[in-house]
Amino acid sequence: MLAIENLEVVYQDVILVLRGVSLEIKKGEIVALLGSNGAGKTTVIRSITGLLDVQNGDITKGSISVDGEDITNLDPSKIVEKGIAQVLEGRRIFSELTVIENLRLGGHTNSNDIKDNIDKVLDLFPILKERSKGKAGYLSGGEQQMLAIGRALMSDPSYLLLDEPSLGLAPKLVDEVAELIQEINSQGVTVLLVEQNANMALNISDHGYIMETGNVVMDNKSNMLLNDEDVREFYLGLNAEGTKRKSFKDVKHYKRKKRWLS
Amino acid sequence: MIIFLQATVEGLSLAAIYSLVAIGFVLIYKAMEVLSFAQPALAVVGAGIISSLAIDRGIPFWLALFLGVILTGILGLLIERTFLRPMVGEPVFSVAVLTIGIDILLRTVLDSWIGINPKYMGDPFPSYGNFGAVKLGGVNIKYLELAALVTAILLIILLTIFFRKSKYGIAMRATSYDQEAAMAQGINVGRIFGLVWMIAGILAAFAGFFITGGFNTLSQFSFISALRALPAVVIGGLDSIPGAVVGSIIIGLTQGYVAYYQLSFESLIGFSFGNGFSVVAPYLIMFVILIFKPDGLFGTEEVERV
Repeated sequence: MLAIENLEVVYQDVILVLRGVSLEIKKGEIVALLGSNGAGKTTVIRSITGLLDVQNGDITKGSISVDGEDITNLDPSKIVEKGIAQVLEGRRIFSELTVIENLRLGGHTNSNDIKDNIDKVLDLFPILKERSKGKAGYLSGGEQQMLAIGRALMSDPSYLLLDEPSLGLAPKLVDEVAELIQEINSQGVTVLLVEQNANMALNISDHGYIMETGNVVMDNKSNMLLNDEDVREFYLGLNAEGTKRKSFKDVKHYKRKKRWLS
Repeated sequence: MIIFLQATVEGLSLAAIYSLVAIGFVLIYKAMEVLSFAQPALAVVGAGIISSLAIDRGIPFWLALFLGVILTGILGLLIERTFLRPMVGEPVFSVAVLTIGIDILLRTVLDSWIGINPKYMGDPFPSYGNFGAVKLGGVNIKYLELAALVTAILLIILLTIFFRKSKYGIAMRATSYDQEAAMAQGINVGRIFGLVWMIAGILAAFAGFFITGGFNTLSQFSFISALRALPAVVIGGLDSIPGAVVGSIIIGLTQGYVAYYQLSFESLIGFSFGNGFSVVAPYLIMFVILIFKPDGLFGTEEVERV
């Protein structure tokens, strides 16, 4: 289990971004983390993988542990070795390098099984096989996303953190990515899915968390969230039949509610 | 014609030496986006270590050369660890100035050791080694120049293989393109920086040896030769290794030709550029090229999806 307890993160010493966030990602599940822009979703992922430093952020309170072992503030390379892989927002593939080289980089901490893992990833993403010798920068957006996910799988992770894998993809490709995430999950990889596309995320996940301005404001089974009235209105854009669109501030009953543990 | 060939050979051997220092410059620039001004100092320190081991301690030449190169590499690693690691995330300008400080520090220590008398490098083969030369169809080629050329080519081939095939080579390239994404792959960026400085140190030590070998000797002014790799990287583009090599060839050949043809050219036009113009000429070439290509000949070229 990947557990975050009461996490507080501050950027540039003054900007409080996470105000006591607690999450639990149970082994074998797909967990969705939803929220609007600036809610702190990416910051949650960054604090798990130790990439806060780059953005001048610090964990000021709380702890992160994987299978009971504390990994708060560990070096990013150590965290990857613990079996946590991250797909960065916006793919961030190395566009000047070839597809194969990108995959090899993903297996940097796991160099013994690189050959097997490359075969495994290319089986999962047959498109990449055809273009494996070409520069990654020439791949299409969908292919780049596949490469980014494949690259993360190269380290044989038990936890895969996906930051907006549907970003900038056509609806059909979003479905494809969703299927892939389920397939990866069925192979025993626990997935944390950060998404703007709430519909897709809630449909494939087991559990969902909703964040607003640095707090987790709701968490429940995904199918419960899918049927929740507020979630339907604000994240899925569905009104109850026959009602007028309500004002944002009237309905967010949970907006100022403090939840220290959820 | 023979003069032309002579000038070309000498120019190319200079180019080989410059390219070793220049590649060090480029590697560090690509990894940290900092122009390290300590590179020429590392070159002469490498020469100093080799000289002190081979001549003062009487260690066999090949062992001294090997140890000198490795020790300079380790020195580069230590410099990164102690001076530059705490500067990660600081403005590039501060780091560049810091490297000037390191340059001065290294050279001050070295100069006090050199003193007034120039130091000789060791020599593997007393009769036809670093001091010897061979005549090839009228062209006088020093063994040292030949060795510089061969060594540089070998090292460049080795580096190319390293960057294409090895795990750390690919990791170094990845780090230079996107540091954060590299970290997310589990690459220890600090270790990569250390490795970059070590390679730069090793290359610099080789260059230092060839600059000061044979009759050239190591003096307090030897580093100026190594500093000429700077116009070479500026010409080639700060972030391109092929650029560094091409820039070095341009600088080396310029220096070679100017040295041989300056006099006849001056008598032709009846105007003198003065003594040692061959040393200044590379910088003039640099200015001219920068007017037309401000990023250097091979400066940043990005792949973008259309």
